[in-house]
Amino acid sequence: MADLEAFRAEARAWLEANCPTEMRRPLQAGESFVFGGRSEKFETPGSELWLERMVAKGWTAPTWPTEYGGAGLAPAEARALAQEMRALRCRTPLSSFGITMLAPVILEFGSEEQKRRFLPPTARGEIRWCQGYSEPGSGSDLASLQCAAVRDGDEYVVNGQKIWTSDAHFSDWIFCLVRTNKSGPKHDGISFLLIDMDQPGVKATPIVLISGASDFCQTFFDNVRVPVANRIGAENTGWTIAKRLLQHEREMLSEGGGSYQERKKRSLSEWARERLGAGPGALPDAEIRDRIARVEIDQLAFNASLRRSTESAKAGRGPGPETSMFKLVVSELSKRRADVRVRLAGVQGLGWEGEGFDENDLEATRIWLASRAESIAGGTSEIQKNIIAKRVLGLPD
Amino acid sequence: MSSPLTLSEEQELLRETARELVQAKSPLKEMRRLRDARDADGFSRALWKEAAELGWAGIPFAEEHGGAGLGYAELGIVLEELGRTLAPTPMLSSVVLAGSAVQLAGSAAQRGELLRGICDGSRILAFAHQEAPRFAPYRIAMRAQQTASGWRLDGEKIFVLDGHVADTLVVVARVSGGSNDREGLALFLVPATQKGVGIARTTLIDGRNAAQLVLSGVEIGGDAALGAPGTAAAVLDAVLDRGAAALAAEMMGGIQEAFERTLAYLKARDQFGVKIGSFQALKHRAADWFCELELTRGIVLEALRALDAGAKDAPRLVAAAKARASDTFILSGEEGIQLHGGIGMTDEEDIGLFLKRARAAEQTLGDAGYHRERFARLGGY
Repeated sequence: MADLEAFRAEARAWLEANCPTEMRRPLQAGESFVFGGRSEKFETPGSELWLERMVAKGWTAPTWPTEYGGAGLAPAEARALAQEMRALRCRTPLSSFGITMLAPVILEFGSEEQKRRFLPPTARGEIRWCQGYSEPGSGSDLASLQCAAVRDGDEYVVNGQKIWTSDAHFSDWIFCLVRTNKSGPKHDGISFLLIDMDQPGVKATPIVLISGASDFCQTFFDNVRVPVANRIGAENTGWTIAKRLLQHEREMLSEGGGSYQERKKRSLSEWARERLGAGPGALPDAEIRDRIARVEIDQLAFNASLRRSTESAKAGRGPGPETSMFKLVVSELSKRRADVRVRLAGVQGLGWEGEGFDENDLEATRIWLASRAESIAGGTSEIQKNIIAKRVLGLPD
Repeated sequence: MSSPLTLSEEQELLRETARELVQAKSPLKEMRRLRDARDADGFSRALWKEAAELGWAGIPFAEEHGGAGLGYAELGIVLEELGRTLAPTPMLSSVVLAGSAVQLAGSAAQRGELLRGICDGSRILAFAHQEAPRFAPYRIAMRAQQTASGWRLDGEKIFVLDGHVADTLVVVARVSGGSNDREGLALFLVPATQKGVGIARTTLIDGRNAAQLVLSGVEIGGDAALGAPGTAAAVLDAVLDRGAAALAAEMMGGIQEAFERTLAYLKARDQFGVKIGSFQALKHRAADWFCELELTRGIVLEALRALDAGAKDAPRLVAAAKARASDTFILSGEEGIQLHGGIGMTDEEDIGLFLKRARAAEQTLGDAGYHRERFARLGGY
C-alpha cells in the first residue's frame, strides 16, 4: 500500500512535469485524439511530444511487460496512473484499438515471435489497427461469416468483404476473422488473421451514416496474400479468440461510459436551465426534470456497479460475462442522455448544419444520431441479453 | 478514496450468520404464520430477542450505549437477509427511525435511558411521523403547545410502523408555522400508556404492523422533548435518510429473492415440451431484470457507505437508492408474478408476497417519484 502511494506520487509528479499544457484540456471543436499510424497528422506539437514521452515511459500500455513496449505495472498501479491522469485532465496520449482490444488476445494467444513483432510498434502508436469482424450477411450472427482464407503454401489467399470496420480508411493493419473451413459447425472453421492494409487487393470505402459522419467503412479483400505467420492461434480456433476480444471490447465500451461525448462538458440540468430560460431552483418543466433525474440516478448506479465489479475482480483475471451487462447498460444510458439533450434544444435541435443554430446544439443532434449505434455496435443489446441469460443466469438453450 | 463496495471478511461473516439465523428462525413460512394467525405482536419476539443478543439491534449505536459501534453498511447486510424472507422485525421502526432520533437529538440522559433498551431488544420505540397518505416529510399538523409543566399534544398520525407494540413513541409535532413548513417542528417522547393516547393497529397487504395514532390533549413533561422544540427539521431529515437507506437495503433482499425464485421457476417449468427459460422473450425479461437488480445493488451499497462516511452527498445518494429500490422492487414483484403465470396469482405460491411487500416498502418513507424529485432538488435543479 505504501509502495502504491509512492508510485502514485511519483506518477503524478512526472505527469505534471511532462504532460504539455494543450494536452491537459478537453478536446476543442475540430480537434481529435491521436490515433497513431501512417495517417497520423499530430494536430499540435504537444500531442506528438506527449505521445513520445508516454511511449518512453511504457505508459501507453502500462500493464504490458517491458519487453513488449509496456511498463510492467501491476493492475493497481495502472489504476492509480489512470486516476492521476484523470485528476490532472491529461488526455490519453494514444487512442488505439490495438492496445485496448487486440493486444490482450495477442498476449494470451499469440506466439512469442508475434508478441515481439506486433506489440512494441502498437504501444508506440506506429500501427493503427481496425477490426474486421462484421460482414454484410453476418451481423449479430457473427460466426456465420464468409470472408474466406484459402491456404496456399506459407500464405493464405483472402477474398471477401467486411463491414462496420471503424476508421478502416485511416488504418494500417486489420485484425480479421476469416473462414478457413467451410464444412462442419460454423464456429469451428474460423481463424484470426492480422492483415497489412497497405497492399494490392485491400480497399476501404467509408459509409455515410444517419449522423452524416463516415467513421465506418466497407473493406474489400480481393486475392490478398497473408503470411500464415500472421495467424493468431491455431487454424480454425479463431472463434475463441474472437469472443475473448469482444469481452475486451465490451469492457472498453463500458469504461468509456459511452463513445459519443460532447466536447463542452455540461450537465443535462445546466443545459436544461439555459434552454428553458429558467432561474435558480427547481426546473419549471417537471417532465424534463424527472427524465434528467432518471438518467443521473442510473448513471450513479452504473458507476457504483462498475466500481464494485472492478473491486471484486481478482488482479490479473480477464473480463467475465458481466461485461455484457455493463455494455448493455452503458449504451442504453448513453442513448437516453443524448436523447434528453436534444429534447432540451427543442426545434433548435433539428438543425443539420449552417447558420441559425447554436454549434453546441448542432453537435448534440449529431451525437444523438451517432449514439443510436451504441446499442448495435460491439454486439447489439439483444445479443448482450442473450449472453447474460446464458452465461450469467444459466438459462437453457 | 471511497470505501470499498465489496464486503470485508468481517462483513462476510456477519452476512453468513445473519443468513443462517434468518433462514432457520424466520423463513418465509414464519411470515405467513404470523399473518394467518393474526398474531397479536405481528412479529416474532423470540427471533427479535435472539437478533438483539447477536447485537443486530445495536449495530449503528455506540458501545457506551450497548451498541456494536458499527455502521449502516453492516446494518444493511442484516436487513438484506431479513428482506429475503420478508421477516417482520422492529428493525426499521425501533432501531433505525426512533433509535436515530434519540441518538441524534436526545440529551445524554435520554440516550442513556433509551438506547440501551433498543439495543438489547427490551424496549421497542416507534416513530410517529406521517399524517397524509402521500409521503410529505414536513406536512405536520400535530400540534404541540407549551404548558406550565411541559407540553400538550393534539393531532393524528397514520402509518406508525410497529406503533401498537411500542412502549414509547417518538412523535413529530409542530410548535409553530404552517402545515408544510420545514421550520417549527419538534420531536417528543410519548409513553404509549400516557392518558389521551389512542393507538389502533391496521392490517396491511404485506402483513406488517402500522398503527393509527390519535393524541388528544396528551400532557407530557418538559423533559419529554428530544432536542430543542422548533428546530427538529435537520434531525428529521437525517432520521428519514437513514430510514430510507436501511429500507432500501431490506428491499434489496426482497428483490434478490424474488429474482432467484423466478429464475429457478424458469429453469424448472415445462411448456411446449421445453423449459420456459429457453424462450428468448423470457430470457430477455430476465436479463433486463438482472441488470436493474445489479444497478440498484450498486447504488444502495454506495448510499449506505456514504452515510457511514458522513459524506456530504449522502442524502442525494440515499434518494437515488430509494428511488431505484422502489422501482426495482415493484418490477421484481410484477415480473415475478407474470413469469410464474397463473400459479403466481395464488396465495399459496410465495411470489405474490414479494409484490405486496414491494408496494408497501415503495410507499414507506417516500416512493420513487418522491425520491427522484428530492434527488433533483438536492442536485440544484
